[in-house]
Amino acid sequence: MKNLTVSASPHVRASDTVTGIMLDVIIALIPSLIASVVIFGFRTLLITFVCVACCVLFELLSRKIMKRDVTIGDLSAVVTGMLLAFNLPVSIPLWMCVIGCFFAIVVIKQFFGGIGQNFVNPAIGGRIVMLVSFSSAMTNWTEPLVWRSGVDAETTATPLSILKNANGVYDGLPSLRDMFLGIRGGCIGEVCAAALIIGGIYLILRRVIKPTIPLCFIGTVAVIMLMAGKGDFKFMCYELLSGGLLLGAVFMATDYATSPITTKGKIIFAVGCGVITSVIRLFANLPEGVSYSIIIMNILVPHIEALTRPKPFGTVKEKKNKEEAAS
Amino acid sequence: MSKNIGGILKAVRQVRGGVFVDHNKDTKNLEVVRITPPEKVVLPMQQHIGAPCIPTVKVGEHVDVGQVIGDSDKYVSAPIHASVSGTVKSLAEVRVASGKMFPAVTIENDGEMTLFSGIEPPKADTREDLIKAVRASGLVGLGGAGFPTHVKLNFPPDKNIDTLIINAAECEPYITVDYRECIDNSWDIIGGIYTLSEIMGFKNVVIAVEDNKTDAIRVLKNIADKDNDAGDIVKLMTLKSKYPQGAEKMMVQSATGRRIPPGKLPADVGCVVMNVASTAFISRYLKTGKPLVSRSMTVSGSAIAEPKNVRVPIGVSAGEVIDFCGGFKAEPVKIIAGGPMMGTALVNTEVPVLKSNNALLAFADDITTNKKERACIHCGRCADACPMSLVPTNIEKSALRRDAESLVKEGVNVCMECGSCAYSCPAGKPLVQYMRLGKEVVREAGANK
Repeated sequence: MKNLTVSASPHVRASDTVTGIMLDVIIALIPSLIASVVIFGFRTLLITFVCVACCVLFELLSRKIMKRDVTIGDLSAVVTGMLLAFNLPVSIPLWMCVIGCFFAIVVIKQFFGGIGQNFVNPAIGGRIVMLVSFSSAMTNWTEPLVWRSGVDAETTATPLSILKNANGVYDGLPSLRDMFLGIRGGCIGEVCAAALIIGGIYLILRRVIKPTIPLCFIGTVAVIMLMAGKGDFKFMCYELLSGGLLLGAVFMATDYATSPITTKGKIIFAVGCGVITSVIRLFANLPEGVSYSIIIMNILVPHIEALTRPKPFGTVKEKKNKEEAAS
Repeated sequence: MSKNIGGILKAVRQVRGGVFVDHNKDTKNLEVVRITPPEKVVLPMQQHIGAPCIPTVKVGEHVDVGQVIGDSDKYVSAPIHASVSGTVKSLAEVRVASGKMFPAVTIENDGEMTLFSGIEPPKADTREDLIKAVRASGLVGLGGAGFPTHVKLNFPPDKNIDTLIINAAECEPYITVDYRECIDNSWDIIGGIYTLSEIMGFKNVVIAVEDNKTDAIRVLKNIADKDNDAGDIVKLMTLKSKYPQGAEKMMVQSATGRRIPPGKLPADVGCVVMNVASTAFISRYLKTGKPLVSRSMTVSGSAIAEPKNVRVPIGVSAGEVIDFCGGFKAEPVKIIAGGPMMGTALVNTEVPVLKSNNALLAFADDITTNKKERACIHCGRCADACPMSLVPTNIEKSALRRDAESLVKEGVNVCMECGSCAYSCPAGKPLVQYMRLGKEVVREAGANK
């Protein structure tokens, strides 16, 4: 009995681990991965595999080169790889994926200190870099389900770009049912709303995320779109199911490192995301704004946190304190 | 004020945050057994919050059980009594559970357990007499904090203290001595409550217990119901079984909805909180005059051969208590004085049991060494768990860069070190340690004046 451990209390710990949390996120992304294979074919698996492998490899190399302990065991690089892949069109050349992963992991994540230290979501950062660098490859949308017939893939427009010029006529658009199931053009992981919702519910039930951010984000977009469409419910539904809104609201905006801790902060953050997304979709020269909205709000998180710092137990208003201190 | 639901009160205002820890109350059905008197006892002169005592005996002197061996002329302090009869062997310093060294009176037991001749039931008909008697009894909070009880009771009469809260929550895992007190000594508890409320003039008495202790609830409800004839002042409040319900500030909030400001005491919001075992002790003490020389403690954990609830003389070594419980059945990796959430890890088993030690736990494995510290992922679990509405991860960062100003702004001194944050941290961060570091930084900077 010579080597007793002496450490600060508490001497018991919950079973949650960072790896376990990341594993839950990976599990929650699986339905969307399956849906992507059904909709766009097996190349989605290849893209996901390449992104995951690159992210893990870049993380390993940068940790080694920076002589820091290797953190690939926490699986966060796998999550980043999957999320980045899900934000790409199925026709993307693989070498572009490698560049996106490099930017996401090395520049955004590791240059700032690794897990938990990144100031914006790595996957979104990587995606935006790819979007501005390879804009045509990144907006080359493949017709859904065509791969099954063996015909060469044709390109199509995304519902959002059709919607932008629709003016209440929904002729060129897939039905709402198809939108929900993901039978539409778009990034490989963003199209199937059903799969994303399943993943989101799983994360909420496992208490990995709270419903605050997804609900406020989507809710804000819904309200603004309902107003913009002058009460056109169908228009609102198309807006909610198109683009990367669900993927962004459930999996990217809820990223721990780049979202506020407190509920009040989460609401401000998510409403901000919703407003910026809507404004970009309605007024900007871009069809989609989810990535930009999240990245802008990511940058504001430190300020939101400073504004929403909870009041410690039993403290009264600051004014009163100052009076007491003065007396 | 409170809503009376079927005779049992619910919390007026729910405790925020907290964590659901495995209860592991394996000893709850075991009655308290008396330990074989030890060969010697070591009585450190600091067993309470406040000024240390100074030994009042000399080496070689004979002392009897209940004789004062250490006292202080300072107000916030409590005398210390011999827990066995025998000869004073030494006044040398010893190491206590916290790791600090204190002067201590070591008494060699003569095996007679002769009661000190001066012991007689104290006079306690008035407020002043009662407070004096409680001070003389050496009573400190038996729930773990060790705050001298007489100080707690000696609030200015104009302070309008209306509520006495009897804390039987026992929210720490493993520990079951307060539970046993409720079951086995329920009439002492009610006796103590009556005396206190009669003499001190409390208008409300709330007995607070967690809702997983059904037998204790039944026994206490029985008492509370019987009391209805006597003016209906004693009420029972059940709390959701959630750690740290039993913390003083949480208790006051649950029972009255009032929040104790930082640095203030329950008396500042009109409450006195007493541990259930302390209450029962007062009742017994007023009958017999026998001061605090022994206490009940839970001995449990995966490395203990026969977990027990034991009554031990104050000052017995941890090792002897564990030996009485069959010793170790597995090589212990960690031994804790107190509960697993707030207790202190021991360096060895030679440390003496103090007045405030409610448990000795020994474990064959230790999760805190297995769960390696990783980088913070900003998940917010610590902030969700904090019952004091702090953001522990921010405090950690401020503490590490020794930023006293930020630490004060973050409210580091509001932290009661309950451990809920560290418990829930998936990155395995020893957050309580960082909280303590933060408090130290603030102390050094003197920025919290």
